[in-house]
Amino acid sequence: MSFDIDIDHRVGDRRIILQARTGPGLVALFGTSGVGKTSILNMVAGLIAPGRGRIDVDGELLFDSEAGIDLPPARRRAGYIFQDGRLFPHMRVRANLLYGRHGEPPLPFAAVLDFLGIGHLLDRWPSTLSGGEAQRVAIGRALLSGPRFLLMDEPLSSLDPARREEILPVIERMKRDLAMPILYVSHDRAEVERLADHIISM
Amino acid sequence: MPGLSPEEWTILLLSLKVSLVAVAAMLPVAFAFAWLLARVRFPGKLLIDAFVHLPLVVPPVVTGWLLLILFGQNGPVGGWLERTIGLSFMFRWTGAALASAIMAMPLMVRAMRLSIEGIDLRLEGAARTLGAGRWRVFLTISLPLCLPGVMAGLVLGFARSIGEFGATITFVSDVPGETRTLPIAIYSALQLPGAEVAVTRLAIISILLSLAALVASEALARRASGGRTNHVL
Repeated sequence: MSFDIDIDHRVGDRRIILQARTGPGLVALFGTSGVGKTSILNMVAGLIAPGRGRIDVDGELLFDSEAGIDLPPARRRAGYIFQDGRLFPHMRVRANLLYGRHGEPPLPFAAVLDFLGIGHLLDRWPSTLSGGEAQRVAIGRALLSGPRFLLMDEPLSSLDPARREEILPVIERMKRDLAMPILYVSHDRAEVERLADHIISM
Repeated sequence: MPGLSPEEWTILLLSLKVSLVAVAAMLPVAFAFAWLLARVRFPGKLLIDAFVHLPLVVPPVVTGWLLLILFGQNGPVGGWLERTIGLSFMFRWTGAALASAIMAMPLMVRAMRLSIEGIDLRLEGAARTLGAGRWRVFLTISLPLCLPGVMAGLVLGFARSIGEFGATITFVSDVPGETRTLPIAIYSALQLPGAEVAVTRLAIISILLSLAALVASEALARRASGGRTNHVL
């Protein structure tokens, strides 16, 4: 199985509870905004610690409140693709792409550039990229860090429909070619039905 | 205006030395305070905040007097420093630099703190998920992103140092060649009858020096930001 998650987290008077064991492939976390989907990704990435619970990805225990295990984010080897890209504004595209260093990337540098069609952007500053370009660079940065699994937080929501049609096939290919567990957050039913092997409704 | 006299050169170079040493020595201290105030929650934070801002609100003469008590020959800190590492401040340029540094501290901390608070924490989070440990995140993300504020702090601190008068003259008095910086030289020239020309020349040097510092800092900021416009002040 890929994701084995059992968490119970309280933020103020809100409570986020999730219990899921999923098979391989792309797992979609589906639900309206504000139910804590992004918080769950942050917990899997290690950016927030759940109040209580256990997170296991592809057989590696990342968090276990009872055993006192909480791997720091730098050692979880997550490829996190954020909703807003979060490219480093003071680095050119090339430096952004080469920032990560978890391990051997699933594809060589040139292959990733080619696959995402971003080879001509290497010397640009992030502020000069279009939304679609920035999101492709963000995907490239996550892949080149050599992740064990991918976390995608509504990667299409900040894009216009034409740009979405440009990124969707990229995600479909990643899912097909990389054979890596993917946890995908979205509130768009059509998108989820098109991409997901497994849907968790929240 | 014909070339500078040897005496004027002494004053100018002393002013530069005092201010540069003051700002350089205060840089790590101010950055540490700025980081502490921007990022860390601890009891007594208000006290640290107030302490840092004290030289900004207290009359400079009082700051000079406090320095005299603490760092004078018989002061608790001054006496100890002289005994252990032979560093003395009284009537020396080191004392002028210390007074300048203390007076520059609040401005430097404020500028740096603002820019540290302006760092997008989500970018640091992104760097951590990419495999960067604490130090790598600090050196490659946090520090470059707050660099414009650090530069602004340096410029403000330098400008404050170059103009420092009250605390310095109270603490280390007016010793030609040791503590007679530009403002103190102007003040002492004003005490003499018929020194209008000398005062005017020193005032012009002072203005040109400040302008040069401003222009240099703008150029530095432009280079540091990789050609994107980024103003220091």
